[in-house]
Amino acid sequence: MQYLLMIVGDKEPVDKAHADDMKNLMGAFMAYTRAMREAGVMIAGDPLQPISTATTVRVRDGKTQVLDGPFAESKEQLGGYYLIDVPDLDTALSWAERCPGAQYGAIEVRPIMVIPGA
Amino acid sequence: MTQRADEAGLQAREAAEAAARRSYGKLIACLAAQTRDLTQAEDALSEAFALALQTWPERGVPASPEAWLLTAARRRALDAARRGRTRVQSTPRLEMMMDELAADQAADRPIPDERLRLIFACAHPAIAAPARAPLILQTVLGFDAAAIASAFLVSPASMSQRLVRAKQKIRDAGVPFSAPDLQAAPERLEAVLDAVYAVFTQGWSDPAGADPRSRGLVDEALFLGRLIAALLPGEAEPLGLLALMLYAHARRAARRDHEGRFVPLDAQDTALWDAPLIEEAEALMLRAVRLGRIGRFQLEAAIQSAHAHRRLSGATDWAAVVALYDALLVQTGSVVAGLNRAVALSRLSGPAEGLQALDALGADPRLEDYQPYWAARADLCERAGDTGAAAHAYGRAIGLESDPAVRVLLQDKLEALSHAG
Repeated sequence: MQYLLMIVGDKEPVDKAHADDMKNLMGAFMAYTRAMREAGVMIAGDPLQPISTATTVRVRDGKTQVLDGPFAESKEQLGGYYLIDVPDLDTALSWAERCPGAQYGAIEVRPIMVIPGA
Repeated sequence: MTQRADEAGLQAREAAEAAARRSYGKLIACLAAQTRDLTQAEDALSEAFALALQTWPERGVPASPEAWLLTAARRRALDAARRGRTRVQSTPRLEMMMDELAADQAADRPIPDERLRLIFACAHPAIAAPARAPLILQTVLGFDAAAIASAFLVSPASMSQRLVRAKQKIRDAGVPFSAPDLQAAPERLEAVLDAVYAVFTQGWSDPAGADPRSRGLVDEALFLGRLIAALLPGEAEPLGLLALMLYAHARRAARRDHEGRFVPLDAQDTALWDAPLIEEAEALMLRAVRLGRIGRFQLEAAIQSAHAHRRLSGATDWAAVVALYDALLVQTGSVVAGLNRAVALSRLSGPAEGLQALDALGADPRLEDYQPYWAARADLCERAGDTGAAAHAYGRAIGLESDPAVRVLLQDKLEALSHAG
């Protein structure tokens, strides 16, 4: 089964003033990504640019609305994702547990819906 | 001819009922092990039972009713999947189901007992906490939502919604039916033990077996309790639960008199208690206590142990019982523990003290329609000499009681009260 691991957390996972913390976090994510690849479970995964770069699009009554900013203002933001293929939820949860993002934020684990015949 | 047909029909129905009692959960666990689709497994099995009631009277009851039901249910599930009635339409899923069907038919292999895997899947932390124990009761024992709702004090509609959601989550999120990991299992243990205890109390509250749904439930709970205790020997609470159930079960012969009337615990003839069962429970408690992690079930079992001691000493150690209820209150904050503590306190220090403790609980609205509260209140008021208040409380208790044996006992007491006063 495929699962999307969404890394959700505060806008700033670490204090940018502490370059060492940032470097440690980057290193942890790189090692995590490598471990996922080597285990053969990773399909895709990327960090996202900060929400200051987000643009939101809606079409209402035939009119396109383009707005600066994320779809919802909240403290918790999607910071990155991994798409993985593993046998079951427990395996997905064990990968989520190892994600460095779980240390400061939360990992939402969502199964990918399989559309029959598609 | 008709008589013979009737007999065959009766035999078929009895065989199907026996198979359902013996193996419902085993069959569901087997059917859903790969697909994780409990709803589909339940539908397929109920269709298989219906088919059995049609075919068995004509062709006779098969040598292994369980194997017959499993094959029939797999065929039904496969047909439903092919017709696109379920979500299982992908080719690999269909192939997997066909392989399972072929394997079952090819070999006369025994049906593996996957119930514990099923139980621990239902207790997965990814399932909403209030749905875990009810889900176990439904999938392992085949209880309907209404029966489960009454055991957990919620409405049948919201219980059935809770169960549907939980089953969807298991199927769609891919909750595995894996063997309980002895490292990870303890966190799921609470829900599992709650469910087993709920099975036990459901069967226990109907000692006559008047309701076919509760027949055999005590044995079922004891079986599950032993299985879990054996699988997790390093955990104290499964031992506590098993001991608790054995203490209660040991008193089964003493709970009713010759006329079927209810006999309260401290009036029971200890000669009728099952001594070997009590000894087994004591040994389990000793093992549990040595593990050094106290919990709710061990405390409740310890209270039972203090009561069981009357068999040897002739008297109940009420001071110990009160102290244990104090500890239980700290652990659970349960209003039922508070009620029982008040009753024990009245035995230790007199009815006035007991009533005072009961009044302290009074603010909890759940007590308004809780029969044991009113029965306890009536007894304490009577012993304190307040006949008026006792009569009122007996009336409430009688109105709330569903067990006829207990109702008769309460009515007798109310009667005696009016003669005395």
